[in-house]
Amino acid sequence: MKKTILSAAIGAAVLGAASAASAATLADVKAKGVVTCGVSQGIPGFSNPNDKGDWSGIDVDYCRGIAAAVFGDPSKAKFVALSSKDRFPALQSGEVDVLTRNTTWTISRDTSLGFNFRTVNYYDGQGFMVKKSLNVKSALELSGAAVCVQQGTTTELNLADYFKANNLQYNPVVFEKEADATSAYDAGRCDVYTTDQSGLYAIRLKMKNPDENVVLPEVISKEPLGPAVRQGDDQWFDVVSWVHYAMVSAEEFGITSKNVDEMKTKGGPDIKRMLGAEEGSKIGTDLGLTNDWAYNIVKTVGNYGEVFARNLGPETPIKIERGLNALWTKGGLQYAPPIR
Amino acid sequence: MAVTDFSYVRRQMEPAKPAPSSQVGVIHWLRTNLFASAGDTILTLAALALLAYILPGLIQWLFINASWTGADRKACATVSQGGILPDGQSGACWAFVSAKFQQFIFGRYPSSLYWRPMLVMAMFVVLLIPMLMPKAPFKGWNALALFIVLPVVAFFLLGGGFGLQPVETQLWGGLMVTLILSFFGITVSLPFGILLALGRRSNMPVIKMLCVLFIEIIRGIPLITVLFMASVMLPLFLPDGWTFDKLLRALIGVSLFSSAYMAEVIRGGLQAMPKGQFEGADSLGLSYWQKMRLVILPQAIKLVIPGIVNTFIGLFKDTSLVYIIGMFDLLGIVTLNQSDANWSTPVTPVTGYVFAGFVFWIFCFAMSRYSLFMERHLDTGHKR
Repeated sequence: MKKTILSAAIGAAVLGAASAASAATLADVKAKGVVTCGVSQGIPGFSNPNDKGDWSGIDVDYCRGIAAAVFGDPSKAKFVALSSKDRFPALQSGEVDVLTRNTTWTISRDTSLGFNFRTVNYYDGQGFMVKKSLNVKSALELSGAAVCVQQGTTTELNLADYFKANNLQYNPVVFEKEADATSAYDAGRCDVYTTDQSGLYAIRLKMKNPDENVVLPEVISKEPLGPAVRQGDDQWFDVVSWVHYAMVSAEEFGITSKNVDEMKTKGGPDIKRMLGAEEGSKIGTDLGLTNDWAYNIVKTVGNYGEVFARNLGPETPIKIERGLNALWTKGGLQYAPPIR
Repeated sequence: MAVTDFSYVRRQMEPAKPAPSSQVGVIHWLRTNLFASAGDTILTLAALALLAYILPGLIQWLFINASWTGADRKACATVSQGGILPDGQSGACWAFVSAKFQQFIFGRYPSSLYWRPMLVMAMFVVLLIPMLMPKAPFKGWNALALFIVLPVVAFFLLGGGFGLQPVETQLWGGLMVTLILSFFGITVSLPFGILLALGRRSNMPVIKMLCVLFIEIIRGIPLITVLFMASVMLPLFLPDGWTFDKLLRALIGVSLFSSAYMAEVIRGGLQAMPKGQFEGADSLGLSYWQKMRLVILPQAIKLVIPGIVNTFIGLFKDTSLVYIIGMFDLLGIVTLNQSDANWSTPVTPVTGYVFAGFVFWIFCFAMSRYSLFMERHLDTGHKR
């Protein structure tokens, strides 16, 4: 009995894997009427619930953008909360259509795990937080400091690499849990706390005296965070990628959710082309969508700058500056290929 | 001989004297309970000192310094943390709980449809109360309504269908999911546990072996592993589109689990029954099921009520483990909401945990009190 079930399950797994890999996700999504996105179990500013219980955050808005592009309706996005260890099997098994869960794009995830990454909706990197009273302006002045760090993470390894490369001495104070490391730093056990920069901003909110701490400008590792899809479905990969590019292009053109209607009729040729107002354009239909896909994204979700400002920017409690995530025209890395 | 009227014999009873002050009242109670011996006295004083040390700070934190109203983190943060409270003040952030209260109860269930879970809850209470009162009539119909009809009705009311707008289980959460999981687990585990326990003591080798296998396998695996397998591995084995509901997976996992534990508790009761009870029932010519139903089980289950309730309470708290499969029970949704930057302060996480702990305590304490009541009510055989 057990054996038959098991062999049936394995047979089904083989079939399932084959069909999941070759499946036309876009057609499936259209048939289901909803796009399913994997999000976190609560990362401030990326995916967390608001007071009404709706998801909010920059990753969540990316998913809403996909829903807007496919259906013209951002509410047709469904969110599955995944822990960091569940996220990859959930995408492989097809439980989610796209993983928008601040996942670092690395070569092993791109190749051996069988995912595809192309766009980066947040450039993150490991940073340092220090007590203001130390009067430190740069991480290079941290020689001899006690550093609170979480055990067994790439953070710990990056830290060792960085200090070794710069010939600095340091004294690591290692904790098993992130929360313990934070509270130890808050209680004055160490001079420096290190984790990803976006995390440093969020953690400031939980400090007893946040203004006595500063985040140093150095970023010692690269953490490009972006959506992942399954390999072998280029059409869906294109849709997911171009949603981000449309949001970035919209910011570059100065199209916002407020002026998008005006821009559609009065804008220049490239703006009209992007928003689907150009005669005989096939941009949207070639993507497998309608020609007003970009218009729908900007109209209902906003451009990249609006999304950033709403979830992470200076108006929110997290207060992150654009930094690396500014447009390429403003010294950042956000750059979109032309939509034509 | 005539009765002589001896003047020195009392005619009236002497009125009772009050007991010595050391034997009644507050002093007596204090003496026997708190200061009976030198050791007791030391323990009492130590406990009092501990209370005096902890309580003022606790009350200060929980109530006096607490923030009760507010729309965001400003209400609970001090000025230097970007809020409005004076620096150095630290108190519970009840404003966080009140802002998120509906989420803590219903999860992300659409707020316009809250009447549906509330109606289910009302039906549950109306059916449960007479069920819990030993003297209430129509127990059979009541049980049928509570354990068979209500789950079916609740399924459609909560999930939609028959013209009701569908609500995916993905959106269910909070206390609602905790209660659904534990009620379902309790309802399924008791009958299944009884059957498994009987099967394990059966003389039929195949049935016995299957029951032993089931119980030992399930008891040998942690619940987290089963939930994780069901959530992450199962979809890999199923063909595309064959996914089945996460809540259903959790329900099945939790009830299989509690059934195995329940079976062992019940088996303990069966083993405590003297052999004479079995033989007596046999000599009356009762069939196996009659014997079990009329003679053995009523006595055996009565013996193991504390163990059964223990399992129920454990099950109630174990439901929090569904957090790892991406469902949010009460504890899960409290933890999830701590990531909301609008409410992120040094006191928010603790406040959330205090609230969740209090709600769990209310339910578990109620279960434990009810089991004590039932024990006393049923304990007709060997009262002490």
